[in-house]
Amino acid sequence: MRVPNRLRRNLPSIVLFLALLILWQVAVSAFRMREYILPSPLAVFRAIVSFEIPWFVHLWVTTAEIVGGFLLAGAVGVVLGIAIAWSAVLAKALVPFLVFVNTLPKVAVAPLFLLWLGYGIFPNILIAALIGFFPVVINTAVGLTQVDEELLDLGRVFGAPKWKVFVKIRIPNGLPYILSALKITATAVVVGAIVGEFVASQSGLGNVIVTTQTNLNTPVAFAALVWISVIGLSVYGAVALAARWLAPWADTSG
Amino acid sequence: MSVPFILLDHVGMTYVAGSGPVEALREISFGVGRGEFVALVGPSGCGKSTLLRIVAGLRPATEGTVSVGGERVRGPLASVGMVFQAPVLLKWRRLLENVLLPAELAGLSRADYVARAQDLLRLTGLADFAAKFPGELSGGMQQRASLCRALLLDPPLLLMDEPFGALDAMTRDEMNLELLRVWGEGNRERKTILFVTHSIPEAVFLADRVVVMTPRPGRVARIFPIPLPRPRTVETRATAEFGRCSLQVYEALQVRQTTREPA
Repeated sequence: MRVPNRLRRNLPSIVLFLALLILWQVAVSAFRMREYILPSPLAVFRAIVSFEIPWFVHLWVTTAEIVGGFLLAGAVGVVLGIAIAWSAVLAKALVPFLVFVNTLPKVAVAPLFLLWLGYGIFPNILIAALIGFFPVVINTAVGLTQVDEELLDLGRVFGAPKWKVFVKIRIPNGLPYILSALKITATAVVVGAIVGEFVASQSGLGNVIVTTQTNLNTPVAFAALVWISVIGLSVYGAVALAARWLAPWADTSG
Repeated sequence: MSVPFILLDHVGMTYVAGSGPVEALREISFGVGRGEFVALVGPSGCGKSTLLRIVAGLRPATEGTVSVGGERVRGPLASVGMVFQAPVLLKWRRLLENVLLPAELAGLSRADYVARAQDLLRLTGLADFAAKFPGELSGGMQQRASLCRALLLDPPLLLMDEPFGALDAMTRDEMNLELLRVWGEGNRERKTILFVTHSIPEAVFLADRVVVMTPRPGRVARIFPIPLPRPRTVETRATAEFGRCSLQVYEALQVRQTTREPA
């Protein structure tokens, strides 16, 4: 029988994953764990597929926050990175400020956003973007600056205007850097969205988890975790695919 | 000879480093005739590459003047092709697109140069690789593409900064022959070339004249005419004359290194 390559490559991790699931299931029954302390994988699975919780509504809210936060972080990060690489004055003005913003604990800022913007998707998008934008700024600026001096000489010899050197040389040169920052951002925005929901929300998977703390419905909390990781992995996978498609010459894995 | 195409007149260069001013070049004066091939040799750090950048107008000299084609150089020259030690091709562009880069940077119509780019790739044996990315090619092929790029706008002056220094010895010899062929040894309209190298045999094989430079601050130690007949071939390297010229250059470099004035 011919096993597809992909399956063979991932076989060790699949086997480990299944083994852990089985161990978990056996341990829960063997030690007669109470469900609100540690539910069995089967109980979690039942919670995932149950209609008691309107999963689609929560999935939609959290996905919107994550994707929105990602797009905002990416766009703002790239624009700020270009600004920093474009002008030394802008760099001097922006960098200390951005470092300051990045050192703020975003969890502590979240209540302020609630105060200013009220409940809803939008404040959580902002928190997610706030957590995720910084690596994009830095990598964009670095990628745009790490250009062979000789290439810039070519630009000068042919009298190319600054914007043209950016469009033809600096930005494509920076693309792999930007894409690998976006991979970091893809995981950071998930944290941001959930943090936002923990602080204040009426729906979303983070809200589901907070609610289960009061009614001790732990299987649902686990189910929400599974859904969160499904969204997170999908966003990360989409970025990785986009990276391979946009910058096939570069190895952006890792 | 009338007024040389390139004229360096008492060119000096001092730059400020962390530990104070460093004099890189001092009192450099020589001329290069139109269509002449001049090689610059000298020890590492003697400022050869800096001199090339000064001629290109990419860095201003702090002393003296440079003129090209009768005009004083005050800023980057549009009429030069540059080839560097590394091919510095754009990794995200196919070979043909890389060769066309100068037209795009200079704001010329790309379409007008496609045919010429293809001709150049054919001339350098890269026609079959026009659609490849640089990462898919050997170092020698990348350097050929870099030469094509330098030649795209048909500049009268080529500045080459150790272009074959990173290649293995055999590829390097091959590239030397190829450069002479592309330059058009028999051609009356051939380009003026200023060629920086570490390799004495390479300088002697290629050039009409070899300028030997001293260690820092770089000065002109000697200028040797190379009377080897053109077109030069593989056999040229085996002639007594080639050996004699190489030895002269070698000795000029050695003398300079042993009788260096006390610092």
